Amino acid sequence: MAASEGGEPLLSAKSKKVFTDPFSENNPITIQVLGICSALAVTAQLKPSLVMGLAVMAVVAGSNVVISTLRTLIPNKVRIIVEMVVVASLVILVDQVLKAYAFDVSKQLSVFVGLIITNCIVLGRLEAFAMGNKPLPSLLDGLGNGLGYAWVLAIVGGCRELLGSGSILGFSLPENVYTIGYVNNGLMVLAPGAFVLLGLLIWVQRTLSKYVED
Amino acid sequence: MELLSFSIKAIFVENILLAYFLGMCSYLAVSKKVSTAFGLGLAVIFVLTITTPMNWLIHHFFLRSGALAWTNVPALATLDLSFLNFICFIAVIAALVQIVEMFIDKTSQKLYAALGIFLPLITVNCAILGTSLFMVEREYDLLHATIFGMSSGAGFFLAIISMASIRHKLRYSNIPDGLRGLGITMLTTGLIAMAFMAFSGM
Repeated sequence: MAASEGGEPLLSAKSKKVFTDPFSENNPITIQVLGICSALAVTAQLKPSLVMGLAVMAVVAGSNVVISTLRTLIPNKVRIIVEMVVVASLVILVDQVLKAYAFDVSKQLSVFVGLIITNCIVLGRLEAFAMGNKPLPSLLDGLGNGLGYAWVLAIVGGCRELLGSGSILGFSLPENVYTIGYVNNGLMVLAPGAFVLLGLLIWVQRTLSKYVED
Repeated sequence: MELLSFSIKAIFVENILLAYFLGMCSYLAVSKKVSTAFGLGLAVIFVLTITTPMNWLIHHFFLRSGALAWTNVPALATLDLSFLNFICFIAVIAALVQIVEMFIDKTSQKLYAALGIFLPLITVNCAILGTSLFMVEREYDLLHATIFGMSSGAGFFLAIISMASIRHKLRYSNIPDGLRGLGITMLTTGLIAMAFMAFSGM
């Protein structure tokens, strides 16, 4: 790995793979089973899901770059604590930005912004990728994983808002849908709906990418 | 009596895992065997019962807006350090888990062997940090915070034990390829969550 590093063009086949792999074949949520908590908790509506996706992407990419820059300086024994401190500082930044520019979404996300710290995707990428790679590939890896996380959140959030409260991003369905007998499924907004929907999404995604767990 | 119903609410109605989705990662990873699930569940109850009041004290006397008034320094009286909540809480949790681990190692080798790898992993369990953050957001007092921590742990214990028992049975069923493992676990959790929702009328 180390020998082939450096001197690569920005989007060579390898770094492209690093970037696109997490979308499907190595998706953090549906294949690696990381970061499920927030994927379920914030997805009752589409808007907070999108914001959460962006926030996690920023934190994963940022912490990947920082840790990968520092990787030769961090003593192996205390690396988890160092990683935690870096991640926590970035999350505080994201939290303050959200509070300043998108206050109502930040209220809706409540404790789940803070819980990005313990989101396994972040720590997982730091341990698995950033500790052994240069900053630029680490940035791509962080962005890719963030996007892979964000699209699952967007789909789950979109479905739950559409089926549960009959709207998308706050715009509701036309009235005549209800007059012909359509009813909102209140269960979708509640916890069980989230579990079942994500379960079905995992089924579809794994069938398409032919991934089988033993 | 009020405390009892508060505790029951935190265990069943607002189950930390089934209603707030906290601690899903370890719940999915460790619910394959009943014995390990039991160990993790106990460790979570233990750590939550200690960290929640601990973090309450730190938040109350150091970090919240105007918390430093007891120092009698005028410059500190109006200081609001609550943006440091995240970093302080996670540090407390990490340190405490380490101390608890060393303490158990010294006093009870049997318990230490039973908990094994799960004790250090609790640091990154979102249920622990989540409980502390909820406790701040809902402005509990110290007594309620302690009970809230303990009951949340009990709720997690209950959920992970029931899931482990169900997965034990599921091993012999014929499940479609794409649904094996994570997929069927999510669907089952959905059903359990639905069953727990029945408590909310009580």
